[in-house]
Amino acid sequence: MKGVLKVITMSIILMMVPLTGMAADKYKIGVSVPSADHGWTAGLLWWAKKATDELAAKDSQLEFFVVAASSGTKQVGDVEDLMIKGINALVILPHNPATLQKVIEEAYAEGIYTVVVDRELANPAQDVFIAGDNPGLGRVGAEWLAKEMGDKGNIVVLEGMQIPINKQRVDAFNEVISKHSGINILDSQPADWSTQKALSVMENFLQKHKKIDAVWCQDDDMLKGVMQAIKESGRTDIKTVLGGAGSKDIIKMVIDGDPVVRATVTYSPSMIASGIALAVAGVKDETLGNLYHKPTRLILGAELVTKENAKDYYYPDSAY
Amino acid sequence: MSKIDWSKYAPLIALIVLVAISAMASEHFLAARNISNVLRQVSYTGIIALGMTFVIIAGGIDLSVGSMLALVGVLTVMILNAVGEGWFAVVLAIGAAIALGALFGLINGAIVTKGRVAAFIATLATMSIFRSLTLYISDAGEIVSTNQKYPDVGGGYFLSVPNPVWVFLSLAIIFHILLNHTAFGRHVCAIGSNATVSAYSAIKVKTIYLITFVITGATVGISAVMLSSRLNSVSPGDAGLFYELDVIAAVVIGGTSLAGGKGTIWGTVIGVIILGIINNMLNLLGVSAYLQGTVKGLVILVAVLAQYKQTR
Repeated sequence: MKGVLKVITMSIILMMVPLTGMAADKYKIGVSVPSADHGWTAGLLWWAKKATDELAAKDSQLEFFVVAASSGTKQVGDVEDLMIKGINALVILPHNPATLQKVIEEAYAEGIYTVVVDRELANPAQDVFIAGDNPGLGRVGAEWLAKEMGDKGNIVVLEGMQIPINKQRVDAFNEVISKHSGINILDSQPADWSTQKALSVMENFLQKHKKIDAVWCQDDDMLKGVMQAIKESGRTDIKTVLGGAGSKDIIKMVIDGDPVVRATVTYSPSMIASGIALAVAGVKDETLGNLYHKPTRLILGAELVTKENAKDYYYPDSAY
Repeated sequence: MSKIDWSKYAPLIALIVLVAISAMASEHFLAARNISNVLRQVSYTGIIALGMTFVIIAGGIDLSVGSMLALVGVLTVMILNAVGEGWFAVVLAIGAAIALGALFGLINGAIVTKGRVAAFIATLATMSIFRSLTLYISDAGEIVSTNQKYPDVGGGYFLSVPNPVWVFLSLAIIFHILLNHTAFGRHVCAIGSNATVSAYSAIKVKTIYLITFVITGATVGISAVMLSSRLNSVSPGDAGLFYELDVIAAVVIGGTSLAGGKGTIWGTVIGVIILGIINNMLNLLGVSAYLQGTVKGLVILVAVLAQYKQTR
């Protein structure tokens, strides 16, 4: 029993070690993102690190904390931990908006400058919302595909995870395609933005449908799986495959003039970097560049990337 | 009391060391709000770990708890929204959650005992079934509660301690008594250490084993209420994801043998808190998000190795 007592006293002494409190006047900015469960989220973390490193090097007043969570519930804990550190600003890409709603509301209510990225909350609780153009990604893709197909032929579609942004993309895509009566959508199934899942979904499509002219798979990770399935099947009827988001490997294929992969549509994970820049401007109460506004809502357009402009979107060091 | 069985105290010592290191490493760690955050963050897996302790002591395992939490959570919020406003709906939903959890636990237990399927395989199967049903019922969309009172259940405080923490600690006391001071608790230990001998001693081995699964199911129901009310929503693909691993890790860190036969509730409580502190510390210290899993894995290994070294 003596030993236990000793241990307990020791621990009490250790706990009483004076807390070293040295709080310089710094702007603390917390960045919370989902951990890398697919290529795009890996790109997200890469861009978050790049932006925080570059901004911190430029301005010694800034201090950043980047955390990544493997699930929405874990991300709630991450945000709570960031609040403990006394952050002045929070940049968050919520895993799933409803799960994170409450804790983001708490942060915002405490006066933390809040920037929500990519996935919008049902009840807005933020200073700025920045995102890519999800309906635009579907629309631009559909318009380009319709033109390339000469307004006729069969398309198969691979969808992403079943969250709202996937629905926005697919709905906009279907709306444009429905205006081209010569184009049929043969099939539309989820492959969760995963290369591996896309491979097996595409294998099934190839078994099921004898004549496919084009594939729309919304994401460049899935595109890799689709290409592998087509290659293994030896089929030559598929003339066009369009992904999206703009990963470096696919943009490289576009630059190199791949006969099937001739374009992609941007939805860049670099949006988190701009979100961080917005938070920096927000905590310092500055405007961006020479803007006369402090925007509260920024939508980054979905740009079509083809051989002509691909070089402008190519970041060979990026994780995505 | 000259000879102390150190292996018994290994989890406690690990916790004390961890708290000491954390307090020195981060000025924020001992802040009252941080402590209450950590305890709330661990209470969801902690509540389930209390039930899991019984299953593991009895020689079983339940891999389905994470998926079960999502399924119970989705059904509970759906029931809540169907009943409508007010506290009556909340009470009804909580009752339904516990009943549903116990029912799913009963299914697990029945497959294991009546169907004579190994617990690992049976619950591996139900893990997949529960998650898939969750996604099907909810159409993979997040279910948001419309009841204004519900968020107060898991998001509220009593005497400045979050409600889920009260539930976790109260259940720990009840389960400690159940395990150490009742015939049922002794029977659980007996069937875990030797089922055949227990059967000869007129212990109803199958019934006791079945009940441990029902208890775990009920704790999943309680945890589902705490989590879904704290977040005011359930995400079918995300809720409870990998909870089974955190729960089993916590039980094992707490000194309960995976082979069954022995274990303690207070050990599990400590195991749960250790895991929570590790997560919290790595965030406060700003350890690379990619490296956090490695650190967590190493701490689990060290904690478990320390115990086994002591007993050999």
